[in-house]
Amino acid sequence: MSTEMRKERIDRAIKARSEDIFALNSYREMLYLLAPRVLPILAALVLAFSVNVYWQRVLISASVFGILAISWDLLVSCGMVSLGQALFFGAGAYFSGYMNHAFGWSPFVTVPLAAILGGAFCVIILIPVLRLRGVYFSMVTLILPLMLERIIEATRILGGTEGITGLTPFPSQWIELFVPFAGVWVALFAARRLMSTDYGLVLRGINDNDRSVISAGINIYIFKAQALFIGASMSAFAGAMMTQIYMFVGMPVFALDYSILPIAAAAVGGIGSFAGAMLGAFILVPLSEVLRGIGGLRIIIYSLSLVVFIVALPEGIFPYLQRKYTQFERWVKVET
Amino acid sequence: MTQAPLLSVAGLSKRFGGVTAVDSVEFELRENELLGVIGPNGSGKTTLVNLITGFVKPDSGSIVYRGMDITGMNPYKIAQKGIVRAFQMVRPFYQLPAFKNLIVPLFSPRVKKLAGGKYGDRGAVAKDILEEVGFERDSAVINKVARVLPHGYLKRLELGKCVAMRADLIILDELFSGLSLAEVASILPIIEKLRVDGKTIIMIEHRLRELFRIADRVIVLNFGQKIADGPPVEVMESEAVKKAYLGTETEG
Repeated sequence: MSTEMRKERIDRAIKARSEDIFALNSYREMLYLLAPRVLPILAALVLAFSVNVYWQRVLISASVFGILAISWDLLVSCGMVSLGQALFFGAGAYFSGYMNHAFGWSPFVTVPLAAILGGAFCVIILIPVLRLRGVYFSMVTLILPLMLERIIEATRILGGTEGITGLTPFPSQWIELFVPFAGVWVALFAARRLMSTDYGLVLRGINDNDRSVISAGINIYIFKAQALFIGASMSAFAGAMMTQIYMFVGMPVFALDYSILPIAAAAVGGIGSFAGAMLGAFILVPLSEVLRGIGGLRIIIYSLSLVVFIVALPEGIFPYLQRKYTQFERWVKVET
Repeated sequence: MTQAPLLSVAGLSKRFGGVTAVDSVEFELRENELLGVIGPNGSGKTTLVNLITGFVKPDSGSIVYRGMDITGMNPYKIAQKGIVRAFQMVRPFYQLPAFKNLIVPLFSPRVKKLAGGKYGDRGAVAKDILEEVGFERDSAVINKVARVLPHGYLKRLELGKCVAMRADLIILDELFSGLSLAEVASILPIIEKLRVDGKTIIMIEHRLRELFRIADRVIVLNFGQKIADGPPVEVMESEAVKKAYLGTETEG
């Protein structure tokens, strides 16, 4: 018999993590629940108003990648590992750009419309592969954006290699900042809400064990198509916003960056919580900007920091923070 | 007076490559009957379940349920008609707490239809059903994620899913496998209660002693063929069955 030290974890008194009903007894407990939700929003707002135009652009970009990452995380929670967020992003971008260019509609019309049409378009072209599981779905999503890029290049439709320029921007710089910024928070809370409803439970069930869901008399393909629509629409919304902000849409919207970075963000921040995916985007995008100053080694340092993040905290940053917040840790002696 | 059978299977065959897993199997099932299906390993029992529940499409033959041909129908549609199975290899939703596992079947269109278009409080119903299949109510177990639950509970959860679906025909694929005698003894009354509630049950089982106590009729499969069909006692006496299970002296 020997004694050794072991770490013991104890949940904090308030059952904040319980999904059952619980009573809030004091302002302190209310604060305990509200702080992690409200403080980041306040901090982000303060940040948005206190930085210069260049960093506001970075924040816009982080929000856009945040939406892509949340959308990726949502699809993963339903058993669809997408390697082609660029498909959804690009579809939204081109829909919005084209409608604005061809009909002269305001961005306030084209962006939401592009989110819906882009989402629907992606669902329609992905319906044949919804039946595929695991890596096959991923492969197809990886290839489709690259294919669309080549189609636009070869057929010279939608502006071909030149893209469509001279689109209408949002009326003011503040609206440009506010729309993506509000978008990412809405996406975050909507996704978390959705997955905790009974409907979301079925979606998680499909990821966990699709045959069991079929046995429950549920048509999983309809559920998957709906989830795909929700996820794709989010990303299409992000693409549409980017298009109007940059007043340009072209082939780069199908670039691999838009597929890979959201996955990296979710991996760094933690998969499955949506907040992790968003947090990851808000770390990686500014990090990439900060490193811009150091020139040639940028990509190497960026990649190294990615590796460090993932090796040091394989569960992700958000689950780590969440655990620290909801649990005490203490060292106890145990006999072995 | 003879009632129309609840389920009638005729000439059902399924080949996988060169192996005929189910070979022109034929049987009928009356309402509220408990039919046991036994046979040596690899005799096609689970394939038969997969065929009836639509997960595998038959090469030939027909399956008629309540007068409706359901051969080759989509598995989710068959489940909606009330044929629900408990998987031999338990298939819980591992990330979800035990009672939330039942929310998925409770979300089924079938449940909605039977409840008259309304779902009601699924969480509360789920907990009631868990109690029915032997979870201790108000214990920590129902809130634990399925990943950490012991095997016995996962089997009960499979049974709970059939109850949640308000199945008319419940197919239990080796429900007792891997369970202790005490656990089996505690599940038997649950099955008997399901019969009192008017359910029809097919049990695929290797635990013959327990099965024969509750089964009305047993069919025996061997190499995909039905070699016996009748009350448990008769089936056990049949020469063909003894041969299939024990072999004959002349065999190598």
